[in-house]
Amino acid sequence: MMKVVWKEKAIKLMLFAAASTSILIVICIFVFVGKEAGHFAIEPGIKELLGSRWVPVSFQKESFGLLPLITGSLLVTLMATLLTIPFGVAAAVYIAELSRPSEREILKPFIEILAGIPSIVIGFFGLIVLVPLIKAGFGLSTGLTALAGAVLLALMAIPTVVSISEDAIRSVPASYKAASLALGASQMQTIWKVTVPAALPGIIAAIMLGIGRVIGETMAVMMVTGNAAVITASPFDSVRTMTATVAAEMGEVAFGSTHYRALFCVGLVLLLATFGLNMIAQRVLKKYRMG
Amino acid sequence: MNENAAKHGVAIVVSAIIGLTEVALISGCSKPGDQTDAEQRFITIKGSDTMVHLVSNWAEAFMQNKPSIEVSVTGGGSGTGIAAILNGTTDICAASRKIKDQEMTQALQKGIHPREIAVARDGIAVVVHPDNPIGELTLEQLSRIFTRQSLRWSIVGGPDEEILVFSRESSSGTYVFFQEMVLNKQDYMRDAKLLPATSAIIQSVSTDQWAIGYVGLGYALAAKDKVKIIAIKGSDASAAVIPSDETVKSGRYPIARPLYFYLNGVPKGTVKEFVDFCLSAEGQAVVTDAGYVAVQ
Repeated sequence: MMKVVWKEKAIKLMLFAAASTSILIVICIFVFVGKEAGHFAIEPGIKELLGSRWVPVSFQKESFGLLPLITGSLLVTLMATLLTIPFGVAAAVYIAELSRPSEREILKPFIEILAGIPSIVIGFFGLIVLVPLIKAGFGLSTGLTALAGAVLLALMAIPTVVSISEDAIRSVPASYKAASLALGASQMQTIWKVTVPAALPGIIAAIMLGIGRVIGETMAVMMVTGNAAVITASPFDSVRTMTATVAAEMGEVAFGSTHYRALFCVGLVLLLATFGLNMIAQRVLKKYRMG
Repeated sequence: MNENAAKHGVAIVVSAIIGLTEVALISGCSKPGDQTDAEQRFITIKGSDTMVHLVSNWAEAFMQNKPSIEVSVTGGGSGTGIAAILNGTTDICAASRKIKDQEMTQALQKGIHPREIAVARDGIAVVVHPDNPIGELTLEQLSRIFTRQSLRWSIVGGPDEEILVFSRESSSGTYVFFQEMVLNKQDYMRDAKLLPATSAIIQSVSTDQWAIGYVGLGYALAAKDKVKIIAIKGSDASAAVIPSDETVKSGRYPIARPLYFYLNGVPKGTVKEFVDFCLSAEGQAVVTDAGYVAVQ
């Protein structure tokens, strides 16, 4: 009898350990990234990060201003979000409310396949197909622009937004719809005036998670945005995102150098941004008891 | 040539996977850097992305001669390779630049004595779109094009179109080499687009009509039908030289650099055999086949 109790306890402990690993890992990452970034804050100081030039390899003077990288990431993320919302929500509404079961069975798996395509493959597609298209379509000298990055990122965020929004729309109680229809509202009126507003918190959380994916995405953006570290608000300029900077420069940087530590500062900014977005999304989901 | 590239790509991935497994298998007994006896059966080579293509060709040829030995090749950049030598996690580091003073100091602190061996030469070709009428540039013109904002092709006698500058990422040994030798250590212009791979530069230069970029000679020759290789003049007075095996070897083509292996101390056993093979006539023939230039 004792033995069984002991065994159960051991198993429970093991399961607990497995469940809490991710917490441990998150803490470890914060500590590790924070430590290296902290070295930078001491020498040469946080002020260096506020500059407007990112020139990490130079025979003249190295500068580690994060502003062009942050604005680059913001511009691409913002445009990707603007593209994602209408597509994602419209697709979710159709799948949840209007599609026939047979259509749904085709649409859903395909959207999920899109989510599973490795980002480097999407990047290839972008470089070979999308970039020349943007160049020709807008009459630019090159298609390697923030816009190209945003379109690719939207492709990657749409599946997340569609699946979670669809769940949110489906979980709206049938009685709401029935009441609306009974009052004489048409199907479209019911969808846009009753169902979607009722599912709005879930849809917002879906968008937040989608943005989280967009900010953290690296390879595809690196291949199509041209990576020039300039501060710009134009979709037709080249931008350098934070993720691309870390990915491109980490491989060659001398261990323990100022440049190495500056990259950890970039990592920390990214980490805080995605962490914040996830927190907000969780809050929203929880508040409306959908999490 | 493209088929070849694909084949090598597969070989690299396969050897990288084999390499990972090996490291996992043998890390329990000893670090690869410690194995200096003649019985060593695994060699790990890590470093420059520019050289991955070449080193994996060497590895394949070497393994054909000696099937009992396995050579694993990984890229990651010259800095990664040098870091690996410092940490004792690789036998040989392939580097497209010289070791930096800072790295040398670190090595000596760790009791490691990096030994430099030049194993091949690489020419850097400047490429433009095939429809660009410009066929030759001086080093001084190149330096201006890559450092000044919004120049137009008309300053070098071309049409009145803005020059679109493509460069490799700052992590690339080629980026630093070009900056040092051609730009005279000035910074690249801020609008220069930094692309993560040589293939991305070729792709972009072949589609954007007013673009200019630089790539390793081997890649430029392989993509000869997609881009135009510019002839370079050392000064206004000298003759324009097209990069080729011969002009790089003779030193007439001005933008060329040696490629190195770095080892910890004097090579012994299997590592020595491999290095000797690379420097042998057979090894240097591999260099030429891969589009680089032999040292001997």
